[in-house]
Formats: sequence, structure tokens, C-alpha cells
Amino acid sequence: MKSVSAEEAVAMIPNNARIMIGGFMGVGTPERLLDELVRQKKSGLTLISNDAATPGKGVGKLFEGAQVSSMIGTHIGLNPKAQQQMLGKQITVDLIPQGTFVERIRAGGCGLGGVLTPTGVGTLVEDGKQKIEVDGKPYLLEKALRADFALVHAFLADYAGNLSYALTARNFNPVMAMAADTVIVTAEHIVPVGVIAPDHVMTPGPLVDYLVANG
Amino acid sequence: MDAQTIIARRVARELRPGNLVNLGIGIPTLVANYVPAGLNVFFQSENGLIGTGPIPEQGMAHPLLTDAGGKPISALPGAATFDSAISFGLIRGGHVDITVLGGLQVDADGHLANWMIPGKMVPGMGGAMDLVTGAKRVIVAMQHAARGKSKIVARCNLPLTSVRPVDLVVTDMAVIAFPGGKATLLETAPGVTVAEVLEVTEAELALPDAIPAMML
Repeated sequence: MKSVSAEEAVAMIPNNARIMIGGFMGVGTPERLLDELVRQKKSGLTLISNDAATPGKGVGKLFEGAQVSSMIGTHIGLNPKAQQQMLGKQITVDLIPQGTFVERIRAGGCGLGGVLTPTGVGTLVEDGKQKIEVDGKPYLLEKALRADFALVHAFLADYAGNLSYALTARNFNPVMAMAADTVIVTAEHIVPVGVIAPDHVMTPGPLVDYLVANG
Repeated sequence: MDAQTIIARRVARELRPGNLVNLGIGIPTLVANYVPAGLNVFFQSENGLIGTGPIPEQGMAHPLLTDAGGKPISALPGAATFDSAISFGLIRGGHVDITVLGGLQVDADGHLANWMIPGKMVPGMGGAMDLVTGAKRVIVAMQHAARGKSKIVARCNLPLTSVRPVDLVVTDMAVIAFPGGKATLLETAPGVTVAEVLEVTEAELALPDAIPAMML
């Protein structure tokens, strides 16, 4: 784990990168990295995020300057900019059920080829997917999802990169922290090793590549 | 009593002690306001919380404690938080006793369409497909008709949320279930006659001998 500034962290991300960003409607999102992505005008991004948040908040900031070319998520209905860009075909959006979304990322982080889920069987979601019957019940094969970078927001991070999350800001963060080649973390508080008890570590330090310095 | 209150109060009567319940946005959210006194149920918010409480008082909100719409909520004693994989494991894995969802259409077979209107409204399905697929009981809480058009249709022409039929539909006019796969009128709202329900319902409804008024 290496400590970096937000500017240095985002400078590592090339245009057209595939990035996973934690958060649910902008809660539990690494806002400082989003601000820096905007400032450094990174473009052509493939965004893997649950939702498009709202304009000006969380990943919603990336749609103002049309920095996203493609999105994989579950819901974009509360961000009119993202809706417009999708309906205007400026961006492609792959909408998938939320339980499938998180399991695909989990599979990507856990060395699995994918998961079998009953969600979506018999609906538009099954188009183009393999249907597999197990013990007489149909499932869709949903393939694993990984990214070049995961941008994660924690509540506490210690000097060793161990992370814990708070309340509903945990959401997709711990799952995404396992599913990308490079993991960059911001935290509300950076604390000495030992402050997070081993039993309370939700993301073990070795998963974290870069911790963004506070202040 | 307005339409939304009728629906929310009637749905609240379906809750049983100890139930783990997920409420969708819109009318379903109102159900929490009518939980009978002394009935202990757990509400799940799919962004990672069991034990959601009322909207906090002014100045008491926590920026990291919100509902699935990103709005501040509170947490009750005994609440638990978890990541999205566990949250949807709870949902898809059959650990949620009741999910209450809004609807665009429910058809005579009990199929629900509630996530998109092709070409017009494509917000994404969020958690709806997993909820309908995995919850033990699926209750749809919606207006009976929109702009004079029945939302209880013969066959959904909007994309389905799941092939799993719902268990109960509660509207401002009626309670409908699907015993034996057939849409059946169980109750009418106070002051609404069976004939009035049939007149505004596109789907064919089976009529049991007794169709009482909703207890609210």
C-alpha cells in the first residue's frame, strides 16, 4: 500500500479506462477522486457503478462534462443528464439487476467465471445469455465483471490499508475492492494500525494499492 | 381517506410479527407509517440496512445513513448494516418475508411490469427484479387505474419484472390475489362496489361468494 495525493492517484488513470466506483446514490462514493477526475478531464471512461447518482453528486459529476462513454449499472433514473445521454445515444448503458450486478463483481474478485441467478429469467434481461438448468430450475449465467481501477471510499483506513465502512456507505465498496487491477481508496479518517480491531476490518490491507492522503 | 392512504393502510395489515420487509419507493414507503402498534417488524433498505427508522429530525441526519433513494433515514435499536452482496443475498435467497413494490401493470396471471416503458422511461430495474424473484411474498401497492386506464390488465404489454407471479395486489379500489393462477377479487375498498371494480378492471376477475370491504 502506497500513500498518494488525490491528484497523483487520478493521474494514474488513463483516458478510456474501465473504472468501478463505490457508492449508492452518491453515498459512500470517493468524492475527492470524482472531483479530481473532473478536474483532470479524464474521458471515454467505462463506468461501473450502481447508479448515476444525481447531477453534481458522486459519479453524477462525470456526466456533466460527458466523461463517460459507457456505463454498467442498475439504475440511472435520478440523473436526467445520464438519461439524456443514454436516450441520445451519446453513451451506452448496460442496465442489469442490482443483485446480479453485485454478484458479477463479487465473482470477478473471487476468481469465479460468473454466477447462476434466477433473476431475469423470462425477461428482457435473459437476451443473449446462456440459460442453465440446475436440479430442474432455470438460471442465467451471468459472467464475472472486473475493472482496471476500483475507486473505493471507506470510513476508517489504517496505515496498513485495512478498511472499515460506516452505515449505508459500505454498499458496493468492499466487493469492488476485490475486483480491479488497481485499488485506490479514500477514507473519512486515516488512523494508526490497531485502531480498527482485526475482527472489524472489512477490507484487508493487502487488497489496497493506494490510499489517498487526507488534508 | 385518499387513495395512497387506503393502499398503505391495507398493505400494513399484511405484516406479521418478526417479518423482514422491504418497501419500494413511492406508495410502498408509506406502509411504514401504518404498522399496527406493538407489531415488531424489520424493514430492510437494500442499500445495506435492516432496522430502518423514521426520517430523522432536523439536524439529526447522518450523511452516511440513507435509504435507497439517497434520503436521510434513521436506524432503530437492533439495526444491522451490511454490503450489497449480503443485501441482495437476503433478497434473492428468500430471507425477505415480504416485499412491497409499486407497479405499472399487473396481469391476470399475476405478472408484474414495473421497471420500464420502452422508448419513454428507462431508469433501470435497480433491485426490483431480484425482489420479485426472491422474496417469500410479493405485494404490489398501486393505483387501480392511471388516467382512466386499468393497471390490472389481461396481459402485460410492458416488459416483465419477473416471471414469478405476485401474491397480492392492493389498490385504492380492491385487493386481488391469484389462487390457482387466476386473478381473484378478494376485497373492495370502503364505499366501492364489486360492479365498480369490474367496470374499471381490464383483466377478468374471479368472484368468490363473499367479497368483504377492506379492513383499514
